[in-house]
Amino acid sequence: MSSLTRRRARLLRPAAAVAAVALAGTALAGCSSSSPTDAAASSSASGSGQALSGTITVFAAASLQKTFTALSATFEKEHPGTTVKFSFGGSDTLAAQITQGAPADVFAAASQKTMQTVVTAGDSTGTPTVFVKNTLEIAVAPGNPKGIKTLADLTKSGLKVAECASTVPCGSAAVKALAAANVKLTPVTYETDVTSALTKVELGEVDAALVYHSDIVGADGKVDGVVFSTASAAVNSYPIDVLKGSTNSTLAQAFVAFILSDSSEQVLLKAGFQAP
Amino acid sequence: MIRKAGRTGRRPGRRLNQGRAPVALLLPSLLGLAFMVLPVIGLLVRTPWRQFTADLADTDTWTALRLSLECATAATGVSLVLGVPMAWLLARTELPGRGVARAMVAVPLVLPPVVGGMSLLLVFGRTGLLGSYLDRWFGITLPFTTAGVIMAESFVALPFLVISVEAALHGLDPAIEEAAATSGAGRLQIFRWITLPNLLPAIAAGAVLAWARALGEFGATITFAGDFPGTTQTMPLAVYLAFQDDPQSAIVLSVVLLAVSITLLAILRDRLFTRV
Repeated sequence: MSSLTRRRARLLRPAAAVAAVALAGTALAGCSSSSPTDAAASSSASGSGQALSGTITVFAAASLQKTFTALSATFEKEHPGTTVKFSFGGSDTLAAQITQGAPADVFAAASQKTMQTVVTAGDSTGTPTVFVKNTLEIAVAPGNPKGIKTLADLTKSGLKVAECASTVPCGSAAVKALAAANVKLTPVTYETDVTSALTKVELGEVDAALVYHSDIVGADGKVDGVVFSTASAAVNSYPIDVLKGSTNSTLAQAFVAFILSDSSEQVLLKAGFQAP
Repeated sequence: MIRKAGRTGRRPGRRLNQGRAPVALLLPSLLGLAFMVLPVIGLLVRTPWRQFTADLADTDTWTALRLSLECATAATGVSLVLGVPMAWLLARTELPGRGVARAMVAVPLVLPPVVGGMSLLLVFGRTGLLGSYLDRWFGITLPFTTAGVIMAESFVALPFLVISVEAALHGLDPAIEEAAATSGAGRLQIFRWITLPNLLPAIAAGAVLAWARALGEFGATITFAGDFPGTTQTMPLAVYLAFQDDPQSAIVLSVVLLAVSITLLAILRDRLFTRV
């Protein structure tokens, strides 16, 4: 079955080139009311037979690692002959790399601010679209042995807490949430991305860390989550966009459309993200 | 006395240096030099000198720099205390397992620093092999402390000292030590009064290498000791974090670190090596 689709894909490749030219044509003429992204979305929805090909590199926030890796496998299966490569990291690091000319096709950031860095530098192709939201939660050891219930509990003496550095989205969200709760927290470390903060909890090196709800869902029971009241003050929006430096913008647009699709949203929601 | 010997020792070398260097040697060495110097020039060219003074006035810069210098010096001290005896043991005794020990000394050289930091965490972390006992019995936890930074730096710096001292020991004429032994001196006495003074230049060279390596340490430090201003955030970490958010100030920090380390190395070189 899969070999059949692959053969079909190969046959259809010239057709796709024509389609791509046509797509570029409508975009240039400006006579189409739909954006190129929408066009790619509709063609993506119309079936898996279209012949996308090649490789794209997606720079994505560390908190997206599990879901994006799973989603890309689905995408590659739907479009044989395509390869989606990832570079996961702190959104600020990725944004800095993109503005320094790193070869990326798509950027999915964990905050509007880090995406804005890329937009301001002129490295994004259009208006980034928010595809999910994420809320902070307190990650604690399974069973919550220290009995942490609120943000204020984190300031108890002898408690070791990891917070993200304020340059990364989870860090700036933590600053907001703590300010809203009027809690002055001195962590033992400012981690450079959310996953390393979570790892420190999993290893038992810290008693708690401020991470995303989706990270706690993704940890598969290795940590427990404690919801706190001011979390709503620090909800992060995740925008995604095709980058100007993309060498395969057709595939990049198709991937963005795929992430924005309903089926992908279901996967993201199941992983603990919220609808935009 | 020593000075005179040095001068006569240098003379034949100088005579050899006269005349033109063959192109086959000149070309690669100039290329190599350019390869090492260009990044530094790039850094200086892009330095925002206007922002320089403002960033220098920032106390965080000095906190990070002081911590870096203190930790690198302490790590060099640790390396000296542990490394010199170790080098002697490897070079002068017939203890079984020396070959294995010698290979193990090189492990931190080949290990990526992040792996080193991770391994330190698994052994000395709060739930680590030894760390859990340290925590339970003495209430000592090493991660996220300045002591943790010194440990991480010592781990990567120690091999540089051991290897240079051991090499010098092999080059040292054993006849002098044997002469002392026939005069009735004990092994420790010989080490203290004969071997050690003869080794000083090599120990100094090894210590400078170890210090330089410790000063630049990043991976093991951020993995094992985390990142907190004043306690574990050394200059390399500060540069990394600043680069995400404000590349200009990252350049300033780098230039400061560069200037301080080159100055110190130049002073040490003059003091320690002119007589060699």
